Amino acid sequence: MEKMLCSRTLSELAAGLKSREFSSVEIVRSALDAVGSRDTEVKAFLGVSPEHALREAEAADARRAKGEALSAWDGIPIGIKDNIAVKGERLSCASKLLEPVVSPYDATAVVNLRRRGFIPFGRLNMDEFAMGSSCENSAFQKTANPHDTTRVPGGSSGGSAAAVAAGLVPAALGSDTGGSIRQPAAFCGVVGVKPTYGRVSRYGLVAFASSLDQIGPLANTVEDAAALLAATAGADKMDCTCLPDACDDYLRAALDGAAAPDLKGVRVGLPEEYFASGCSPDVRKVLDGAINKIEALGATPVKVTLPHTKYAVAVYYIVATAEASANLARFDGIRYGDRKDGADLIDGYFKSRGAGFGSEVKRRILLGTYVLSSGYYDAYYLRAQKVRTLIRQDFTEAFKSCDVMLAPVTPTVAFHFGEKSDPLQMYLSDIYTIALNLSGCCGMSLPAGTGEGNMPVGVQLMAPELGEARLFRTAAALETALGK
Amino acid sequence: MAEDRIDIGYVAQLARLELPAGQAERLQGELESIVRYIDELKEVDVTGVEPTAHAARLFNVWREDAAAESLPRETMLANAPATVDGELIRVPQVLPGEGSN
Repeated sequence: MEKMLCSRTLSELAAGLKSREFSSVEIVRSALDAVGSRDTEVKAFLGVSPEHALREAEAADARRAKGEALSAWDGIPIGIKDNIAVKGERLSCASKLLEPVVSPYDATAVVNLRRRGFIPFGRLNMDEFAMGSSCENSAFQKTANPHDTTRVPGGSSGGSAAAVAAGLVPAALGSDTGGSIRQPAAFCGVVGVKPTYGRVSRYGLVAFASSLDQIGPLANTVEDAAALLAATAGADKMDCTCLPDACDDYLRAALDGAAAPDLKGVRVGLPEEYFASGCSPDVRKVLDGAINKIEALGATPVKVTLPHTKYAVAVYYIVATAEASANLARFDGIRYGDRKDGADLIDGYFKSRGAGFGSEVKRRILLGTYVLSSGYYDAYYLRAQKVRTLIRQDFTEAFKSCDVMLAPVTPTVAFHFGEKSDPLQMYLSDIYTIALNLSGCCGMSLPAGTGEGNMPVGVQLMAPELGEARLFRTAAALETALGK
Repeated sequence: MAEDRIDIGYVAQLARLELPAGQAERLQGELESIVRYIDELKEVDVTGVEPTAHAARLFNVWREDAAAESLPRETMLANAPATVDGELIRVPQVLPGEGSN
């Protein structure tokens, strides 16, 4: 059976649009069909606006007919995680509190997509306010892993990963605060990139932990992920932490890596703490296979050490919850969102927030408030910020003796619904992804094989700040060697 | 080391969060177990280590001091739970006085 248009890669779609094999309207119709059929089981989308998407597809087709296409990708739909603002669409963060909110503006990442003719398509499910590793914390629905619907898709960008893996959209945007792109990408068998902190503007991304949050692409191939990052990244006057540096040619790097899969002279660091223990044998086997491939391509594996790895989860759950407790203080039901009336102004805050937030969000707000409260600030928050410095230094040191690092993404393949009911156990499953956000460096998850239950296993590649081109070149070479 | 129990009611008060009774007890237990875990940071020697607040490089951000368009009032007020004639956000009474309890 021929692949549905919405299941194809960005490069296949760009070629077909160019040769007039099909139109943008046909691509969008196929995505709408998939949402109406396959997604009734996967439940990746919280909602779609068919009229908006079709209107934009017609406009894209009209531009192309006149020879005025905005880019090779003009008219291709991209799924959007529900914490990224799209003008005129709901922006709920999978929270009851924001359920009624319609975004009055576009996030910069979305503005950049539109400039190239990409069509923002639908709102993808997530853990409420991006807090979670399984999508089970969505206030609205549980998204299933397309490879086994009794398992979670990962989180928090679980809807984005599941939508790409199920072939509902060719690619999607997600956000990664502690692994929220890489972990679901690994669980669902797609490519997911966490760019360098500040590479993609956070303007229009609902803030969870501002010093860690980063928007990034989820796609079928390294090439597609590179194209989508190139379409979203770059300086932005609306986000003063967005880096002013010009972007490297990510797409070129990915194409070069795939065309000539040769890693001669590339030193691939294997952080010993990530291989020491905790990784299940099936995941380890896939990892060893990837290391063999990379060696066969001419790369030199080198042992590196990230000595403060064991503290990363603790540092993260202090820093991220502290920032979250401050960021989520704005949700009081006064200016927007679901307001619950109280006996007085303050009581209204208590009621709106008590009714609007789910239990994981409450747990994190409380933890963040606790570690920032008088008497505990120095012992927890300040100390965590100091250990964060040591974790950052670990990465700086490690990258002196290697060009990229290779590591697991997750200790196991996707787990079953309800399997991790203890919050601390859920937090500990983020062990391999969290330190990268604390460091600010970039990384990605690349599908590298299958493990228990024939479920996808990803390998993580990491590179120094602004090392995205190196990451894409290496990943594209490995992807080609693995036979995508 | 966290020998003192977390006063969940006080923390919830600071966070402006209403917690139904059953939830408060469960959350307290979960928070205490998480705090016991993060207590492991106390074994790290951080003498002389500067704190890291963010992973961004520090650089000045300049722009022209020029007026620009903002979003129209009706667009911004469209999400407000209640308005006064579509012109202002209607908020619950802030100061005590007539009509308050």
